[in-house]
Amino acid sequence: MILTLLAAIPLVGAVVVAVLGRFRSDHPAEGARGAIVAVGFSLIALAVALVALSRYDIEAGGYQLTSEHRWIEAFGAHYAVGVNGIGITMVLLTTILTPLVLVAASGDRLAQPERMPTYLALILSIEGLAIAAFSSTDVFLFYVLFEATLIPLYFLIGSFGGPNRSYAAVKFLIYNLVGGLLMLAAIVGLYAVSAKAGDPSYLLTDLQNLDIGTNTERLLFCGFMAAFAIKAPLWPFHTWLPDAAAQSTPSTSVMMVSILDKLGTFGMLVWCLGIFPEAADWAAPVIIVLAVISIIYGALAAIGQDDIRRLVAFTSVSHFGFIIMGIFAFTTTAMSGATLYMFNHGLSTAALFLVTGMMIARRGSAGIGDFGGVQKIAPIMSGFLLVAGLSSLSLPGLAPFISEFMVLAGTYTRSIPIAVIATLGIVLAALYILIMYQRTMTGPLSDDARGVTDLVSHEKVALAPMVVLIVGLGFFPQPLLNVINPAIDTVASHVGVGDPEPRTPTQIQVPAAEEGGH
Amino acid sequence: MLHLPFNDLPPIAAPTLEYALLAPLFIVAGGAVLGVVTEAVVPRAQRFTVQIVLAVVTVVAALADTVWVYRDLNVVDSDRLARGQVGGEGALTIDGPGVFTWGMLLVFALMCVLLFAERQLDGGLSSFTGRAADAPGSASEAEAVKARLEHSEVFPLAMFALVGMMLFATSNDLLTMFVALEVLSLPLYLMCGIARRRRLLSQEAALKYFLLGAFSSVFFLYGVALAYGYAGSFRLSDIAAAVGSRTGSENLLLASIALLAVGLLFKIGAVPFHTWTPDVYQGAPTPVSAFMAAGTKAAAFIALVRVFFVAFGGSSWDWRPIFWIVAVVTMFLGSIVAVSQTDAKRMLAYSSIAHAGFILVGFVGVYEGPAGSDHITSISSILIYLTIYGVSSIGAFAVVMLVRDGSGEATHLAKWAGLGRTSPWLAGTFALFMLSFAGIPLTAGFVGKWAVFSAAWAGGFWPLVVIGVLMSAIAAYFYIRVIVLMFFTDPVDENGPSVVVSGRLTTVVIAVAAIATVALGIVPGPLIDLAQHAGALVR
Repeated sequence: MILTLLAAIPLVGAVVVAVLGRFRSDHPAEGARGAIVAVGFSLIALAVALVALSRYDIEAGGYQLTSEHRWIEAFGAHYAVGVNGIGITMVLLTTILTPLVLVAASGDRLAQPERMPTYLALILSIEGLAIAAFSSTDVFLFYVLFEATLIPLYFLIGSFGGPNRSYAAVKFLIYNLVGGLLMLAAIVGLYAVSAKAGDPSYLLTDLQNLDIGTNTERLLFCGFMAAFAIKAPLWPFHTWLPDAAAQSTPSTSVMMVSILDKLGTFGMLVWCLGIFPEAADWAAPVIIVLAVISIIYGALAAIGQDDIRRLVAFTSVSHFGFIIMGIFAFTTTAMSGATLYMFNHGLSTAALFLVTGMMIARRGSAGIGDFGGVQKIAPIMSGFLLVAGLSSLSLPGLAPFISEFMVLAGTYTRSIPIAVIATLGIVLAALYILIMYQRTMTGPLSDDARGVTDLVSHEKVALAPMVVLIVGLGFFPQPLLNVINPAIDTVASHVGVGDPEPRTPTQIQVPAAEEGGH
Repeated sequence: MLHLPFNDLPPIAAPTLEYALLAPLFIVAGGAVLGVVTEAVVPRAQRFTVQIVLAVVTVVAALADTVWVYRDLNVVDSDRLARGQVGGEGALTIDGPGVFTWGMLLVFALMCVLLFAERQLDGGLSSFTGRAADAPGSASEAEAVKARLEHSEVFPLAMFALVGMMLFATSNDLLTMFVALEVLSLPLYLMCGIARRRRLLSQEAALKYFLLGAFSSVFFLYGVALAYGYAGSFRLSDIAAAVGSRTGSENLLLASIALLAVGLLFKIGAVPFHTWTPDVYQGAPTPVSAFMAAGTKAAAFIALVRVFFVAFGGSSWDWRPIFWIVAVVTMFLGSIVAVSQTDAKRMLAYSSIAHAGFILVGFVGVYEGPAGSDHITSISSILIYLTIYGVSSIGAFAVVMLVRDGSGEATHLAKWAGLGRTSPWLAGTFALFMLSFAGIPLTAGFVGKWAVFSAAWAGGFWPLVVIGVLMSAIAAYFYIRVIVLMFFTDPVDENGPSVVVSGRLTTVVIAVAAIATVALGIVPGPLIDLAQHAGALVR
């Protein structure tokens, strides 16, 4: 029940903000009032999420806070929600980021300022749909929400973006629709399999016990994986992301990359591994290779970018490569690390998108070459950029380091060459971030960048909590890992690959999952 | 003296008709006849209003009776959940799917009658010309406009077309089916040609539809003749028995299957028999386009299902591969060609072709479900899809009626640019219909797609499902293009689209269609249950 409430609050907020804006949009103070209402709703959602977390029994693991109602009986679809450690982590990420994004978004200078309420309402509706998707335990419900998130995001990109926004919005939508529709085919196939076995049902618990023939299972897995790989995005299906990120407002990019793209990796972890464990094992080598290519290609492409937003988008391609590699390494360390990385990447990319967005809004250009020496006139902005950048390159002491390390360590026990190649990604990450920082912030102040001002209060309010969390989780990630680990143990044992024996005696005790039996 | 052998003749028994079961047909036919009488006796000033009232009352009464008939159908086969009976001396089958189609057609007809009746959009004039015999732009036409002449015959014509559609969907022998086909087509040929604006286009559409329609009817009739030659009967069940025992000549059977398929696929608008659709939908008065897109397609699909599932069900391995190909080509061509359309009505026409392809995917599945189960069958999935498509489609055409400029409807899509800024509600509703056509979740279209795809998969045609979803992606592209145009593109000129929002009846129809599209997307359970309750065809 509390999860339903949690998802409903932002959706109601979206309607309220949109309706309020419709009536008095000519009023000059209306934009600000709309922003206060929107942030208010997202803060209530955050409070409810914390209540949900307090009711969640971390020790027990498994799916909790569940509720289940029949929705479309003929399809076997249920309105079924519940979260395990992975789900609640993602719900937390969503509810933490959205208020900060809304605060930052309220300062965005839109081409038509009177459309600010619509803008904020769309962001809120994405929050609501994402929470519902992360907490659904029925694959049909998940699919519906997964696809429904495309619509508000499509309008956010297409209505509020840069000059080439229409192209970017259509490209975004078509890529994601193709993936989504292939998943639809697999969903329909699941129904056929499930109906043949008796009463059709889309509940995760029923599907986990479903006996699917090997070839059918592989086929259905590919359908699901197509959607998630495009969403995540995995090389070579990533090309929509840089275009979309370059044309979106920074707030839209955060909702897209930090939250909605996580539906892809979340889907791989929960649905692909949960329903099709054998097929996932069968496909893992190919996916891991693609993930490694993502890591290296994303990093190299990021180095080559001149547009800061495209650069951030490519860093995300690289980071998603780490997450996907961690998921399909099938060791508990790597999978826990991947889940933690989903959370940390959300934070660090959000900070990076927002602070670079603030830079770009001030300079009126996204080109790295158009900046130079900005640190001297905007020290606070430069400081935030440095922290966000360092967290993106996984500096020890900042949150993403822990998760990246866990992913690499977990992958190492599975395959040494893969881990070694992937480690190159860290080196390249240092290059793309530091070169960007150096060329924009250090050196002599360029004449064109002279007009850049430092951050104002609401921007600091939006960024500071992210930095606090990044540093805090960098030193003390254990509470979050405690939430994640039981769920990962369940997934790992369901896949049934198990952790390999350590090849050399080691001090570090890797928590071993039970071998075998699916 | 001539001796007449009266005594040698067998006694002529009066046909026994199940009047209670057939009442909806009689009500609509009666309403149509009364409409003709009204033309003759009611003074011109009141004629239009009287015709509207008569048509609405007829359709509502028939709809109420249809509900009653539907509830009282006998269960004849509890394993396959077939309900209903053969009636009208064997000419008709009053079964679950047939009566469901009646209800669907009557709902469509009610919405379209309201669109026919709309007179607030064009300075107090309807979409139909005052005197079709006048040359467009001539002095006599101006005179007719001045005298406020109206072709109020469209209402009885629509009722005749409606009774033809209802008959078509429940025919149990091929001859009745042919008669029904003509009864539904002839009024439509006429109605296509009497648009008030762009009359030459309208007359061209009518002529094209008539010539090609007559051509396809002849194919159908030839197929009927060959089927009689094969089975010695027009009755669908007799043909099924002949197919089952493989008595006659195989060539005769295959030829008749092919010819009947041509006739029916023409009415459905499937490739390669689709070429009339864009021209006719574009030229016909927009309410008539809506009526054809929703009604004709529904009736023809159920007739197709009846002929192929009942009569030729035994040789489904002969015709499934062909329909497989037709489905793929139809989805592909409909979607691809729609991308390049610049006219809203032509775009909707190609969209209707693509949708015919999607419905054919469910048709090819020929899935009846294991005995006693409540799985989604091919028939129920087709019924669900037709209902959803029809409602959204009427709504979309109704929106086209409202987007106007000085010369009538502004159907050129360039004039729709920036509509989202000037009329956000109307553009938002049209976007909703587009998203539903594209099959985005939480709209009704998604439920329809899911249903036909699941029937195809369960019937063992999963590659067709994969092709189908990829085609949906292409189709989505052109629906989204319209949304981009309305919301993300700046208006081309100052005096761009002028939207008349004062059309009360049209607004009602659009609102009903939009609410249904959202409601069936979120809570499709009742519609699905109803369609499944319709059960199998009675043979």
